[in-house]
Amino acid sequence: MHAVRIAGAGSTAFGASPERTGRDLFGEAARIAIEDSDVPRADIERLCYGNFVGTVTECQGHQAPLMAEAAGVTAPATRYESACASGGVALKSAVEAVRSGAVDVVLVGGMERMHNVTTEQATEGLAMAADHLYESRTGVTFPGAYALMARAYFEEFGGTRADLAAVAVKNHRNALGNDKAQFQKEISTTDVLEAPTVADPLGLYDACPITDGASACVLVSEAYAEENNLDASIAVTGAGQGTDSLALQHRESLTRTPATTRAATAAYDEAEIAPSDVDLLEVHDCFTIAEVVALEGLGLYDHGEAIDAARSGETTRNGDLPVNLSGGLKAKGHPVGATGVSQVVELTKLLRGDHINSTAVPDASVAVAHNAGGTVASATVHVLEVRS
Amino acid sequence: MREQREDGYDDLLDALESDAGYYLSCPAGHGSLPPRQVCPTCGDDELSTEPLPDTGTVVTFTEIAVPAPAFAGQTPVVVIADFGPVRLTGRLLDDSDALEVGSEVVPTVASSPDGGRHVGARLASER
Repeated sequence: MHAVRIAGAGSTAFGASPERTGRDLFGEAARIAIEDSDVPRADIERLCYGNFVGTVTECQGHQAPLMAEAAGVTAPATRYESACASGGVALKSAVEAVRSGAVDVVLVGGMERMHNVTTEQATEGLAMAADHLYESRTGVTFPGAYALMARAYFEEFGGTRADLAAVAVKNHRNALGNDKAQFQKEISTTDVLEAPTVADPLGLYDACPITDGASACVLVSEAYAEENNLDASIAVTGAGQGTDSLALQHRESLTRTPATTRAATAAYDEAEIAPSDVDLLEVHDCFTIAEVVALEGLGLYDHGEAIDAARSGETTRNGDLPVNLSGGLKAKGHPVGATGVSQVVELTKLLRGDHINSTAVPDASVAVAHNAGGTVASATVHVLEVRS
Repeated sequence: MREQREDGYDDLLDALESDAGYYLSCPAGHGSLPPRQVCPTCGDDELSTEPLPDTGTVVTFTEIAVPAPAFAGQTPVVVIADFGPVRLTGRLLDDSDALEVGSEVVPTVASSPDGGRHVGARLASER
């Protein structure tokens, strides 16, 4: 198996850019990542690209050739769709392509553009990640689905809205100074608790925003990095993916996410690490409750134990296990098809020491990225490690 | 506009409308909802039709303040109820004041303003 290194990483600014086309957004992210890598475009042998609702928001199918062109790349290109985990599954395929020896250089990335349509249309597009017949038709929105999980969690394990609010407060604080983040402002627990309800018990500040943006990485084989004297100190040492029933009603538990656990188990095994080896994480906090169940699914907390991780300070910048130092989906933003790759862009910079928050984790050597689709019917986990 | 019929799914809704709901069961006793070619848990293709219990127990619920366009102007309340071998997601058709986790609900059929049929739920205490 060929070892995989990250030679370059980059993102656009995340936020509302309704007049920028998807091809322009991805072209920018790809340009930044390729420039960061010092890899000639002609050496790129594949493009793995994630996107979820571009067929709805831009009426644009068959996006992979369009995005290859935008990146100035002529390599074979494929679009990956797995809802909010589209970027994660694109990344996993890119890692596997390099590992297998099929290629030495892959451009991997993702893009989403949603502010060019109304909030209602974007919401309807995102709801396509749910079971249309058994969930969406009954009126379940995405906040609604996570609200169902949050209430079930409170019933089974206890916890309060204030516990969840601490996740939002933490992630907003982490985004301060991250010039790519959509929200670079602090919020208070009161702000979260008094925000308008979206789906009881979740309010507006329990939810990540609608985001336009793109991210990209250049992955190379270790041999290619050495032959070309690249500065590529971050390795992808583990990659896992898990699947669960699409509809919540078909799952054994409404509070556990076995897709995350399956993905994590596979990724940890490949990297030969245990959860206790992880120094920092970017996890899929599309809603505050999502960060809680992610940390439990990843094996970092027992079930029912992560609800006060943020409130107690364990997962804050100065805690034992910093989570979402980028600001997470909650404050950095969630350009759906890009998110799985953007997490790795942020972790790469955090580990390399060129992220605004690298000072919080100066000795970190093992990082984990967790990307989830739908109500975690799909999940990917990637392990990054610092190498010489 | 007549909505496209969905085999299996609409058959179940027709049955719920007649108070004759059912679920699918494999020889190992795994419950599932139609349409199914095989048991989603074990892959067995011997699926029998079993009567759905008359009532289910609410395990979670939410009132959606920002609804999908099909429910514009409403705040739909959605429940997930446990019927033993299967769970059902349904829109509550009664006032939600008495709703709580543990409430008993009766499955039925509902429609959204745009005509989409789906599973509904009524509080057993209101019947």
